[in-house]
Amino acid sequence: MEILEIHQKAARRAPGDKSHGITGVVASGDLEVLLERLLDGTECEVNVKTSVEGFGDVWRAVVNDFIERHSPGGLRISINDGGARPETVSLRLAQGVRLMEADR
Amino acid sequence: MNNAFTKYRTWSWYEATARERVANLLDRGSFTEFIGPEKREISPHLALFDLPEAFDDGIIVGRGTVRGRDVLLAAQEGRFMGGTFGEVHGAKLVGLLRYARDYQDAPRVVVLLLDTGGVRLQEANVGELAVSEVIRAVLEARMAGVTVIAMVGGRAGCFGGGGIVVGIVAGCCSRIVISEQGRTSVSGPEVIETNMGVEEFDSRDRPLVWRTTGGKTRRLLGGADAYAEDSIDSFRDVAISLLDRIPAFDLDTMEKEHARLTQRLEKFGQCHDTPEIWKAMGIAEPDRIADLSDEDFNQIAQAQKEANHDAR
Repeated sequence: MEILEIHQKAARRAPGDKSHGITGVVASGDLEVLLERLLDGTECEVNVKTSVEGFGDVWRAVVNDFIERHSPGGLRISINDGGARPETVSLRLAQGVRLMEADR
Repeated sequence: MNNAFTKYRTWSWYEATARERVANLLDRGSFTEFIGPEKREISPHLALFDLPEAFDDGIIVGRGTVRGRDVLLAAQEGRFMGGTFGEVHGAKLVGLLRYARDYQDAPRVVVLLLDTGGVRLQEANVGELAVSEVIRAVLEARMAGVTVIAMVGGRAGCFGGGGIVVGIVAGCCSRIVISEQGRTSVSGPEVIETNMGVEEFDSRDRPLVWRTTGGKTRRLLGGADAYAEDSIDSFRDVAISLLDRIPAFDLDTMEKEHARLTQRLEKFGQCHDTPEIWKAMGIAEPDRIADLSDEDFNQIAQAQKEANHDAR
């Protein structure tokens, strides 16, 4: 298992007032993303636990791109990864931020 | 019940995740999760094997309403570790069932969305214990007047790992709803093949696996009480239609069930494959059961005495 922690400031706070949300499944080629509105201001924290080792640079690139595009300020995001491809990770992260907007 | 077979254009049960099943089975916005993923009650064992964990340990428990009726509900995620019972996974389910057992103001219906290969091998001993605790909790809840309905139609089926007893968890419920994709058995196909040899059971022979353990077979033999189309809406409608005909949980029911099983063995014990059983039951074109549409199959199932009994 490889553990990565990425801290970065986002441009804005994530919209919505949902306290937490989860999307995806820890399965082969997939991942689960747990989002919690716990941080102050525009801080963002992404913690990754992945079963596939040696792809730290790809993770950082995907997460930085996500933070730039979706501006998830105030969220602590925790990921359990079962070996998802980068585009699946991007999709799940985007789904997660959307989930935090909606009240369902 | 026929109206359960108007063509649904909604989520496939088989393809949906456990969370998608819960969200679409219950009335919108009615779900309250107990010990949700943000509580991080994860397996204490998987890290030892350097395996990924899930924040909910592969099971969702909580309460909500189905068409306005209060229910408790548990949903296994078949894609995480094959939906297997580990220590935490099992404890969440046992807690839910004991809540139903002990509190008369708790919902009187528990719905179990089972999707499991059985015991999680990495947590073998505690997993086995968890399964036996779940069985006890199901039976105790039923003794306290709770209705427990199992739904089986997921990727992992409903099996007992290591030849143990998860198929029996479903078997202990008041009623079982199954779809064609669903499978229930004590030992999974691979387990049988490993123990008894490929001549006994070829687990790669998918038609054989479904002829033996699949939803249509279970329904015709009376091992499942109702047949649903592979959609979340169909499972919901079929389950609601069952709520009004839940058998009593008493000695009389058990004796009837034993008599039914004895009779079944006498009548079909010599058969080598399920089409022989369907033939003996007087079903026309017994070899075509697998090809029938849900609607046509359900008509045949509802006309069969063997499939419709009040035992259990």
